[in-house]
Amino acid sequence: MSEVIKKEEMLIFVISEMLKGMRHVAVGASSPIPGGAALLARANSSTDFRVSMLGSEEHNTFTNGGTELFDCAAQGRIDAFFLGGGQIDGSANINLVGIGDYPDTKVRFPGSFGSAYLYYLVPRVILFREEHTPRALVPKVDFISAPGTSPDNVNRPGGPYALVTERCVFRFDKKKARFRLESIHPGHSLEEIIEMTGFEFDEPSTIRETKPPSSDTLKLIRGKIADEISETYPAFSSKIFGS
Amino acid sequence: MTKHFEKVETLVSNIPDSSKIALAPDYSGCPMEAIRALIKRGATGLHIIGVPSVGFQGDMLIGAGCVETIETAAVTIGEHGLAPRFTSAIKNGTINIIDGTCPAIHAGLQAAQKGIPFMPVRGILGSDLSKHRHDWIEASNPFSENEEPLIFVKAITPDITLIHVPLADSDGNVWVGVRREMMVMAHASKKTLVTYDKLFDGNLLSEESMAPGTIPSLYVDGLALAENGAWPVGLFGNYPPDENHLKIYLDMAKTEEGFKEYINEYVFEPKAAE
Repeated sequence: MSEVIKKEEMLIFVISEMLKGMRHVAVGASSPIPGGAALLARANSSTDFRVSMLGSEEHNTFTNGGTELFDCAAQGRIDAFFLGGGQIDGSANINLVGIGDYPDTKVRFPGSFGSAYLYYLVPRVILFREEHTPRALVPKVDFISAPGTSPDNVNRPGGPYALVTERCVFRFDKKKARFRLESIHPGHSLEEIIEMTGFEFDEPSTIRETKPPSSDTLKLIRGKIADEISETYPAFSSKIFGS
Repeated sequence: MTKHFEKVETLVSNIPDSSKIALAPDYSGCPMEAIRALIKRGATGLHIIGVPSVGFQGDMLIGAGCVETIETAAVTIGEHGLAPRFTSAIKNGTINIIDGTCPAIHAGLQAAQKGIPFMPVRGILGSDLSKHRHDWIEASNPFSENEEPLIFVKAITPDITLIHVPLADSDGNVWVGVRREMMVMAHASKKTLVTYDKLFDGNLLSEESMAPGTIPSLYVDGLALAENGAWPVGLFGNYPPDENHLKIYLDMAKTEEGFKEYINEYVFEPKAAE
């Protein structure tokens, strides 16, 4: 087996580490890497660990149609979820709608999906945006699909926990409504991250390197996880794992 | 009484232009054969509602000029990237978009299902979505001692729910299994039109294992058999998406000319589903 770790394998591992101890992780639309991470965390868990993956028939036990995920989240039955965004800003506001003056956006994204709800209700929302550039990570989003924080009188048990990109991991500080750099993936530098991030963030005094997966974990990702994720994401699976 | 139509074309002739039509996402029940029939007929002015999002069927209807307004939480073709004709239509300003979020669309339909004017929904507050929605209002939780803001979503009553399902019986009952968003859609809509893959031998409601996943004929106005009718999107529990064909679509639909060629080849002169 090649020990050269692909970016996608690294990201699956990084996100799965944030899911330790969760009881129920849900995965939304167009999320092969978070989906892989949830399945990996389940495979490594010694306690009950449920994954509910949108679009999957094998990894989804909902029987009440499209509303059940949302009802479940509102009752506190989902511990972790993933959101992305065409733009994400330094206050963790996310934009899944478009760039420019809404509704006359000059670049249109698919839409907000359930973000304007799940971001408020799921305790650990992991933001995932593979592209780490100033156009993706901006000072201020053009459209707020869902805000990073809310006033105290808003019922909001949930919110952003971390932001994972192809270059690093940021953790979100709810009180300051700001990101703090947590670790840098192997092969990347602080200088590069500052240059490629459109928003300001806090830096720790010593900067950690993101831990890569062990060879056993890599084997698991390339075997069982690749196989499980291919049901919902065949194109991703065949591109990354060649299965 | 549920009417059985010989042809999908005749079924969709019950959908007037400018109707408000509820549609399911790609992983649920997509009536692709009926969508092709609507395009072939030259339907116009449709207001389509994604419950809570739409995929290929929405993109095709938009590309063919059938859609005036789209109300949805997203237009998504999953792993394949951006929906080409939707993206282009927004850029050119040729359709109206009413951006929502999944649970608000479900809640609006549930309000209609219950015959009540609105439904309170968590979240949404402070999002730019609500700034543009005149059918959502910010109110206060009447049961809370402290001031607690809450979004109220107006009931959504589609004129028509148009879906494809695996099974229907001769009495007009249709089986959706666990894809119960289609049941809510049918309950909320003024009319429901259904295409189905196979005729069930017997009555779905008299089979204890099938009845819970069955929309009774009470809500079903018209039916037509369409074998493989969700092609190329695929049908839950029955057949997967035809990835090769979807790639052909996406490749051709990159441009308006290419999309026209696509519908000429696969809608107007179908060699489809061979």
